[in-house]
Amino acid sequence: MRLFTYRNAENIHNTYYFELRFGIEKLFALFLRGEHLDMKKIQNVMIKGTKDGLIFQLDDSCSYEELKRELDYKLSESSRSREDHLITVKIQVGNRYLTNEQEEELKELIRQKKNLVIDSISSNVITKEEAAKLKEETEIVSIARIIRSGQVLHVAGDLLLVGDVNPGGTVIAGGNIFIMGALKGIAHAGFYGNKKAIVAASVMKPSQIRIGDCITRAPDNYQEDEKREMECAYINDKNQITVDRLQVLMHLRPNITRLEGGQ
Amino acid sequence: MGVAIVITSGKGGVGKTTTSANIGTSLALQGKRVCLVDTDIGLRNLDVVMGLENRIIYDLVDVLEGRCKIHQALVKDKRFEDLLYLLPAAQTSDKTAVTPEQMKELINELKQDYDYVIIDCPAGIEHGYRNAVAGADKAIVVTTPEVSAVRDADRIIGLLEKEENVESPKLVINRIRNQLMKNGDMLDVDEIATHLSIELIGIVADDDEVIKASNHGEPIALNPNSKASIAYRNIARRILGESIPLQPLEAETLGVFSKIKKFFGVK
Repeated sequence: MRLFTYRNAENIHNTYYFELRFGIEKLFALFLRGEHLDMKKIQNVMIKGTKDGLIFQLDDSCSYEELKRELDYKLSESSRSREDHLITVKIQVGNRYLTNEQEEELKELIRQKKNLVIDSISSNVITKEEAAKLKEETEIVSIARIIRSGQVLHVAGDLLLVGDVNPGGTVIAGGNIFIMGALKGIAHAGFYGNKKAIVAASVMKPSQIRIGDCITRAPDNYQEDEKREMECAYINDKNQITVDRLQVLMHLRPNITRLEGGQ
Repeated sequence: MGVAIVITSGKGGVGKTTTSANIGTSLALQGKRVCLVDTDIGLRNLDVVMGLENRIIYDLVDVLEGRCKIHQALVKDKRFEDLLYLLPAAQTSDKTAVTPEQMKELINELKQDYDYVIIDCPAGIEHGYRNAVAGADKAIVVTTPEVSAVRDADRIIGLLEKEENVESPKLVINRIRNQLMKNGDMLDVDEIATHLSIELIGIVADDDEVIKASNHGEPIALNPNSKASIAYRNIARRILGESIPLQPLEAETLGVFSKIKKFFGVK
């Protein structure tokens, strides 16, 4: 019992001694590199470990150069590559905007350390252009107009058309297309490849419907008595465009509902 | 200051020139000063329909290129007392001889002297169309109850809506054949009107008299007994702001019995 305690104490002593020595060496090294002034701010890079890998939280108030230097320093310091398997890294840069080059640079910096792989870089800020593009892609554009033969209407997000699409006219949307009139021309939803997009119309008599890269053509003759009212078109499991009643959408495409909360 | 109305259709052969001639004549019959302008350069025929071909000395291109004054080129219709004039198109030049800016200037000048300037537009949507539309304030789109004509009318309405100087166009449905329409073999007036969704300003039945009259160089509107003539006169009155209901298309082939009933005033 006694012997045991003694040994333990010696261990502790050793550790203390080691850490002290290491700390002095580190200080000395920093002093030599003229970085002792930065010592207070050494916490610009925070590394957290989770079960999915590491999270690097990079401070957003220091300069980018400073950040890079510190990241480089911290990584070289802790590069004991005992473990062979790769560790994924998520980088959070807070309210700092990184240009593409800067992002590449950071990735390169971290990739150099043997067993680290970058999973994602997330930032709280985006440029106005990106924001405008994002808004365009997600908003519903409403237009009251008749799309006549030879006219093409193109929107980036969802389209709400209050009017008809006459034969020979075309409407194109990056998202869904809702037509509060007769669709007799061509409608192309999910123009950028979104296969979940739908086309809905009060009167569905299109000459063609395109969703993503699927195309369907109208039957050669519409029956005179066919009403074709309140219908929608979507891509089914067999990768074919199907036309059905509007009401099926709430099961097939619940994401069309944008309302959160409410009654 | 008068009003310039362009008569257009997109598709050829639907009766633009006939409609121009008859609307012009009908407006003159109502006592308005009217100038007809043929912009179909190279393929003029408004002068033929009006029966004024022999009197042409100068034409539109001569005016624009300064070879003559406007009043020298205008051909007066003797059937009217100083009310109806025609500015003929050139037969020897090409449509590209004229620019939209020149046309606009010319039409504006004509608007000073006339109550109505009726512009007959060539078929198509190219240079000639742009020339015709450049100076117009209003537009009348002529179509027939055929799918192809309606399709082109739709296209032309789309183009006209983009023109800032032109008010929303009005529709004339020409060459209606009642029997075919009744049987459902021809597009219905209502169907066309809803499809194109612009204001319907007149319907004209297909009438052999129209062709006969045109060939004699006399617009049908001068003959008060023809159905087509009444239709054109009604269009003119609607242009002047009167509200006249569309005339019914039936009653063309009344049986003997119903004629007798009509005679006695029995319903």
